[in-house]
Amino acid sequence: MAEKVLMKGNEAIAEAAIRSGCRHYFGYPITPQTELAAYMAKMMPKIGGTFLQAESEIAAINMVYGVAGTGKRVMTSSSSPGVSLKQEGISYIAGSDLPALIINVQRGGPGLGGIQPSQSDYFQATKGGGHGDYHLIVLAPASVQEMADLTALAFDLADKYRMPAMILADGTIGQMMEPVTLENIEYKPVEKPWAITGTEGKRKHNIINSLYLNPEMLEKKNLERFERYKTVEENEVRFESFMMDDAEIGLVAYGIAARVAKNAVTALRAEGIKAGLIRPVTLWPFPKKAVLEASDKVKAFVSVELSMGQMIEDIKLAENSKKPVVLCSRVGGMIPTPEQIIETVKNLEGGMD
Amino acid sequence: MGTAPVSGPLSPDPRRVTLLAGHYGSGKTNIAVNYAEYLSRRGLPVSIGDLDVVNPYFRTKDSEDELRAAGIEVISLPFANSSVDLPSLPAEAYRLVQDQSRYAVLDIGGDDRGAYALGRYRQYILEEQNFEMLFVANFMRPLTREPEEAMEVLMEIEEACRIPFTGIVNNTNLAEETLVGTVQSGYEKSKVLADLAGLPLVMTTVYEKISEEAAKSIPDVFTLKLQKKY
Repeated sequence: MAEKVLMKGNEAIAEAAIRSGCRHYFGYPITPQTELAAYMAKMMPKIGGTFLQAESEIAAINMVYGVAGTGKRVMTSSSSPGVSLKQEGISYIAGSDLPALIINVQRGGPGLGGIQPSQSDYFQATKGGGHGDYHLIVLAPASVQEMADLTALAFDLADKYRMPAMILADGTIGQMMEPVTLENIEYKPVEKPWAITGTEGKRKHNIINSLYLNPEMLEKKNLERFERYKTVEENEVRFESFMMDDAEIGLVAYGIAARVAKNAVTALRAEGIKAGLIRPVTLWPFPKKAVLEASDKVKAFVSVELSMGQMIEDIKLAENSKKPVVLCSRVGGMIPTPEQIIETVKNLEGGMD
Repeated sequence: MGTAPVSGPLSPDPRRVTLLAGHYGSGKTNIAVNYAEYLSRRGLPVSIGDLDVVNPYFRTKDSEDELRAAGIEVISLPFANSSVDLPSLPAEAYRLVQDQSRYAVLDIGGDDRGAYALGRYRQYILEEQNFEMLFVANFMRPLTREPEEAMEVLMEIEEACRIPFTGIVNNTNLAEETLVGTVQSGYEKSKVLADLAGLPLVMTTVYEKISEEAAKSIPDVFTLKLQKKY
């Protein structure tokens, strides 16, 4: 059996990134992701890597852009307000077709908001976030183990599809401690013939760029990119289905909300109420097919979130609005309780019979 | 719990001030809460001080209601558990070190960064000379797997707060997956750390589920109740 250690979610991301071959980290401190940067600050000098605390989030993401162009694995991490600042740089990275990893350990918003957990950056993460037509691969861990595993996966997917990936976590998963094993993570380098590594006079030089003044060329680039996004949507959807086979009420929740929702499903089942849970692991691509298939069986969906119903739009699009979708949420740094979810489901059941 | 040791935190005559410091995530807060309750159960007047200016989540304040119900005075950061990330220390914290009529348990922030905040209380603590400064070690934490690594953190903390450690606490655990073997291996490493630091290993803290079993092979076991989880 693989050996386990006790880690905070933020530390698990950092260690998993190192084991995935990441040797370049650029960031700027912000609660509640600080342990991630602290871990990198401690480890990178010991392994010949670079930890750099930039003068701002904007500087950090542009440093990520630079290293990504050389084909090296690179990452940055922040929390909601800091991730907003990074959006221009993320758009440039997407527009240059570069792999990179951005971590968002979300806190309550909008504005400076608070420091307690939240999931209210869902739109920003899944719809692009910055300017222009683009997507990030967005992964949503629900445990410390997944913080590690999905970080490794995010690097692999970013390399494979030449696009930035994001871990969309929240303050609680970042701060909580659980046993985790990291031994299954291995670095599988891929060929990157597009990278700027020095031609040594032996090949034509590569160009990293997102500026195309010829509109036909820019359109072509966009269309090519969306062909690639289609492949991602076909191949990379990941989700967990919990007690959905005979479910009459389908909860949909990710991250910390999914943990609470799972407890609620178990409690509802004990009372004979047929609830189930679809937990998206990839938020983009969203598990549309799983939701659509469930819509034939369930009476209604409940979106459990730490936001004001942002995921409802994706659920409704996926099931073509065939069944009602109601919201069960807390915001501003609060977390829904299993009791709140149970009550929402019971009210729904009552209203339908 | 076996025979009470003649000196140290579990002895009949513990020091008035107990400070808990260590690597972040080593379990300081949980031990502080449980130890304050232990002193209170023994009929001693106890105050607990949350001086963790580093970590915004999972704090002493999470157990505030229980602690107050047990007659323990809770002194925490003015903005703890709020949405304000303002690491300020409360004026009342001076009472912890100046009011010699009450026992004080102080939960210090992780690593050297957390320990800097302790510096301002240093002179009172050193003048009174009635303190226990405990280094909490969990050898299942990734950056303190070996005694040498823990020793490095120990020295960094001492340098930051300028208060010498007086003992080691073995809190080696893997949360719910802790086995007696986990605790035992941490106990062996804690002994090495104690030798390196020239300090006594004063207790081994173990979750209630397995503490009785652990106490069969490990001396000075102190039983912990678990704090909140999701």
